[in-house]
Amino acid sequence: MNTIAETRTKSLLYLENVSVSFDGFKAINSLSFVVEPGELRAIIGPNGAGKTTMMDIITGKTRPDSGTVLFEDSIDLTKKDEADIAQLGIGRKFQKPTVFESHTVWDNLELALNRDRGVFSTLFYTLSPEDKARIEEILETIRLTHRKDEYAANLSHGQKQWLEIGMLLAQEPKLLLVDEPVAGMTDAETAETALLLKEIAKTRSVVVVEHDMGFIRDLGVKVTCLAEGSVLAEGSIDFVSSDPKVIENYLGR
Amino acid sequence: MIASFILRALEGKIVVAVAILLGVAILVPALNLLTPPDSALHIPTYAMALFGKYLCYALLALALDLVWGYCGILSLGHGAFFALGGYAMGMYLMRQIGSRGVYGNPILPDFMVFLNWKELPWFWHGFDWFVFAMAMVLLVPGLLAFVFGWFAFRSRVNGVYLSIITQAMTYALMLAFFRNDMGFGGNNGLTDFKDILGFPVQADGTRAVLFAMSAIMLSLCLVVASAITRSKFGKVLVGVRDAESRVRFLGFRVENIKLFTFVVSAMFAGIAGALFVPQVGIINPGEFAPANSIEVVVWTAVGGRGTLIGPIIGAVLVNGGKSFFTGAFPEFWLFALGGLFIAVTLFLPKGIVGTIQHGYRTRKAHKAAAEAEKGRDAPASIAQAAE
Repeated sequence: MNTIAETRTKSLLYLENVSVSFDGFKAINSLSFVVEPGELRAIIGPNGAGKTTMMDIITGKTRPDSGTVLFEDSIDLTKKDEADIAQLGIGRKFQKPTVFESHTVWDNLELALNRDRGVFSTLFYTLSPEDKARIEEILETIRLTHRKDEYAANLSHGQKQWLEIGMLLAQEPKLLLVDEPVAGMTDAETAETALLLKEIAKTRSVVVVEHDMGFIRDLGVKVTCLAEGSVLAEGSIDFVSSDPKVIENYLGR
Repeated sequence: MIASFILRALEGKIVVAVAILLGVAILVPALNLLTPPDSALHIPTYAMALFGKYLCYALLALALDLVWGYCGILSLGHGAFFALGGYAMGMYLMRQIGSRGVYGNPILPDFMVFLNWKELPWFWHGFDWFVFAMAMVLLVPGLLAFVFGWFAFRSRVNGVYLSIITQAMTYALMLAFFRNDMGFGGNNGLTDFKDILGFPVQADGTRAVLFAMSAIMLSLCLVVASAITRSKFGKVLVGVRDAESRVRFLGFRVENIKLFTFVVSAMFAGIAGALFVPQVGIINPGEFAPANSIEVVVWTAVGGRGTLIGPIIGAVLVNGGKSFFTGAFPEFWLFALGGLFIAVTLFLPKGIVGTIQHGYRTRKAHKAAAEAEKGRDAPASIAQAAE
């Protein structure tokens, strides 16, 4: 097994000894965790294991009390805020689908498109043919072409999840953090989402937090199990799910 | 680039509204000046002045709609920007009085002579020059909004907390302007104006031009507001209103987006105040009163926030109602206003224009559903509305 020092040179995302506590409660306790370029990684763990807090730290929403968080081996994420980190190329999907409900599907994607986000460039923005083609391509990927002119509020739950994933694609991130993408989805939608994420992971790194073990088995990737703010076990789904500590802390319950 | 930005603004409703406003800008002054007083078409000067006042209020409501209706910032202090614009205009008008004041001092306004001041305070310099004063009408409210917004939005003060501090801001300014040693005329404010650009303020001709200017500035600001809200920036604004964290995680600097909108809105309010003062003939610290800012919120809510046209209609209707009530049943006006706000919140949460738009869409949807039942395909536009 590689030590962290060896993986250090080729990581896309690198967390070492990260800790954060809220009012004395240690949400993250000396967590170390590495994602390599092009990797699709699943994260499991009981409620309160610190999965969402970890995403908050990576995306700049929460500052860690101590520890190192590096992007592409050199950029210190703890010094940056959400907008900076998003522009660096880290996209995030929330647990609850968060799209702009009073905009059309098309406008949602247009806003997410990775273009200059300054006040004046957005004021004078006009849709270029390239941008149009890109949005159409994403609509195709997330299977929403036929609903592009509808308000996002009118989409089904699963379609909103996909639209949000599409918005992240439009952002062209190097790393995508996806929080419980199949919560509340039907089995068919879950299977399609697994395909979609595998497709996406061909060109970028993806970290998926999920409770649905069947879904994780579908993904067939390296799994990290968190508990009480630190890594409990890491490896293939069979390896992790046979670990006695994981069974005791998570699966057994 | 600029052309496409402005062209985008000229959507159906906005064009109609601008056409009506420009028509009013010509027609009302013409009927006031060109018809004899006994003619049935004659518009008396007091009515024109009253309606001119409503147009200024409408511009103030439009300014509030930009930040509240589109960006979700409920400012309870927009009256402050209005009053500051008014004071900038008032200072210009004071300097035009010259030696015609009661004390006949060629340099100092009456209230300064009365306070025994020997020279003009530094911040009064330049206000004898119209262009400078007009620049201040935009810059002073804009600067206050910038400084206020810079701190508030950077610290991510949101929702009701932001509303409270905007209210505190206008209240603090009111107390400050009440003080005589601030140099703005204390509780009497600035009044007894004589000339504007060499024309007597009270003359019918000047009043007609001021009225026309109010309508023209309102339509100009309406076009700018429409251009902003229909651009990609405007879509980001609505995004900030509905899902602020999503906008942040998409890489937008939410604080800059809010700051820009807040500053533009404050400048609109400043323009409104500057047009208001010569038409009513006075500006005093009462304009900073928190209740005034809250009334603006009522106008905007009644007309329909997030519609641009709605606040204009709301401001004119509510103020028309106020003029009628305070004349006919003076003691009932505040009850009527309160009742109106409650009724709108309960029964017309989208306001007048919002409800009409909603009703229109629903009607189209019903039609589409009826067609579909008969087994016919609805036209594409109707099918969309049905969703």
